[in-house]
Amino acid sequence: MLKKIAQDIKKYKSVYLMAVPVLLFYIIFCYVPMAGLVMAFQDFRPTQGIFGSSFLGIRHFTDFFKDMNFTRLMRNTFLLNVYDIIVGFPMPIILALLLNELRGKFFKGGVQTAIYMPNFISMVVLCGMILDFCATEGVIGGIMASFGAEPRNLLQDPALFKPIFVVTNIWQYAGWNSIIYIAAISGINTELYDAAYADGCGRWKRLWHVTLPGLFPTIVIMFILRIGNIMTVGFEKVILLYNPLTYETADVISSYVYRRGIYEGNYGYATAVGLFNSLINFVFLWGTNRLSRKLTDQSLW
Amino acid sequence: MELYHKNIRYRLENLAVGFVLFLFAVLCVYPVLYVLFASFSDPMKLAQHTGLLWKPLEFTLEGYKVAASYQGIWKGYGNTILIVVSGVTVNMCLTVLAAYVLSKKELYLHRAMNLFVIFTMYFSGGLIPTYMVVKGLHLVNSMLALILPVAINTWNLIILRTSMEEMPKSLTEAAKIDGAGDWTILLKVVIPLIKPTLAVLVLYYVVQHWNSWFNAMIYLQSREKYPLQLFLREILVSGTSNSAASQGFDMTELDQYKQLVKYCTTILATAPILCIYPFLQKYFVKGVLIGSVKE
Repeated sequence: MLKKIAQDIKKYKSVYLMAVPVLLFYIIFCYVPMAGLVMAFQDFRPTQGIFGSSFLGIRHFTDFFKDMNFTRLMRNTFLLNVYDIIVGFPMPIILALLLNELRGKFFKGGVQTAIYMPNFISMVVLCGMILDFCATEGVIGGIMASFGAEPRNLLQDPALFKPIFVVTNIWQYAGWNSIIYIAAISGINTELYDAAYADGCGRWKRLWHVTLPGLFPTIVIMFILRIGNIMTVGFEKVILLYNPLTYETADVISSYVYRRGIYEGNYGYATAVGLFNSLINFVFLWGTNRLSRKLTDQSLW
Repeated sequence: MELYHKNIRYRLENLAVGFVLFLFAVLCVYPVLYVLFASFSDPMKLAQHTGLLWKPLEFTLEGYKVAASYQGIWKGYGNTILIVVSGVTVNMCLTVLAAYVLSKKELYLHRAMNLFVIFTMYFSGGLIPTYMVVKGLHLVNSMLALILPVAINTWNLIILRTSMEEMPKSLTEAAKIDGAGDWTILLKVVIPLIKPTLAVLVLYYVVQHWNSWFNAMIYLQSREKYPLQLFLREILVSGTSNSAASQGFDMTELDQYKQLVKYCTTILATAPILCIYPFLQKYFVKGVLIGSVKE
């Protein structure tokens, strides 16, 4: 095998030369950090490094299970994703289907420009806007006041953190994520539509018998990928929006990793918590993929 | 007669679809429009106003004048542009090389290298180990810390690889017969053919660098190097900006100006990106070939 590789390198010298910086990048910034995951099993001290720190076994993991924040973190991380999937997953599909029914080219383009826009807003600006709109004197407070409700700071109410988080997520990504379904719809064989038309199928029948079946593989793949991130919540938005009053409903695993690791310098422990998080994700990804292969014949691998 | 009814129903449905989408589009755009209107408003009027805005309250550039006097904005702008230009150059060079290598099916290591890359999409070391690597390379407080760890976005790489694979083989074959090497084929044949996809990727990378703040926050120590988004965070989120303090306003006036300056800086930081993406919109569909993620 080595001989074959050597021959191949000789034959495609310039291609392998191109590969060098690429592989270096993946090794240094992706695979070395993966190897760095041993920190999760160590009493890691920066002064002693990976090779000098003493081995702890699974102490960090058992500590995390006994952590007083454990249930809170698991619940918040999981629930934010469940809400986001229930409301947020169908939205791009619905948008793509509606856009597909639109005929006016100019209007369609305008709608698309508008619904893609939030995706280009930076996280800092988005959170700045949320903080401003939700403040006591903010826009939403003003609207509430005109309905006779008492204006208050919505981001200080623990019960409202998750709804605000999920709704703004949909605002930012629903339009953008519809592109993938628009692409899939445009890939459906137009002869199928012509045939359906010739058979006298109306709009709904065409939607049900041609468009949706054509979209199905994409929907399944997107769903597998989404479930594979069931325990992923972007910590950027959380650490920009939460405050001690809302930790109870807002703190998630990734923001906790950030606080314990980067902020407090508890590297080993934070790595263990992060690893635990990715393992759950991986199990879910693997499980959904398997289930989907059985049920729908669609799978990632 | 029946056909006529059908026609009317069809049109009504179209109208309903159009209306729903129009409503959603307005919901998407309005929050930014609100900020835009507010940024051109008179600070006193704005402070008294509650609820929605449909036009600037007494058009004035007051807010922008104060915002422009804040040094952080310009320093941030300069640093961000520097990071975007150098970062995207690195991104595009590496992504193009990677895509060319990974799309070469005749390589003995074709499958191995593809798996090597794709595996990183599903599993990563995570925040802390990556942070330790950057620290270990002594990149802390260097702009390279914002460029090198994100030099290749694997999604973008897969998109580009797919568009290279979809190119007609005959073109590269012809060039090969003419004696062209791989570098010539890449530069003279492949790249000119995938310009739309490259344009979309440049946009994605520009947006990624323009909007990123977290890496800058954890890796940069000196304010001199802060990108725009970090100064924005101070103004918008932590509320510690003292841009107007030096200008001799009294306290209530200062508060009102603070609010106005928030809106103005938001617009200043967002407008450049919002002005470019519509021009590339028709190519976005090229950027999402999902089927190719499957191995």
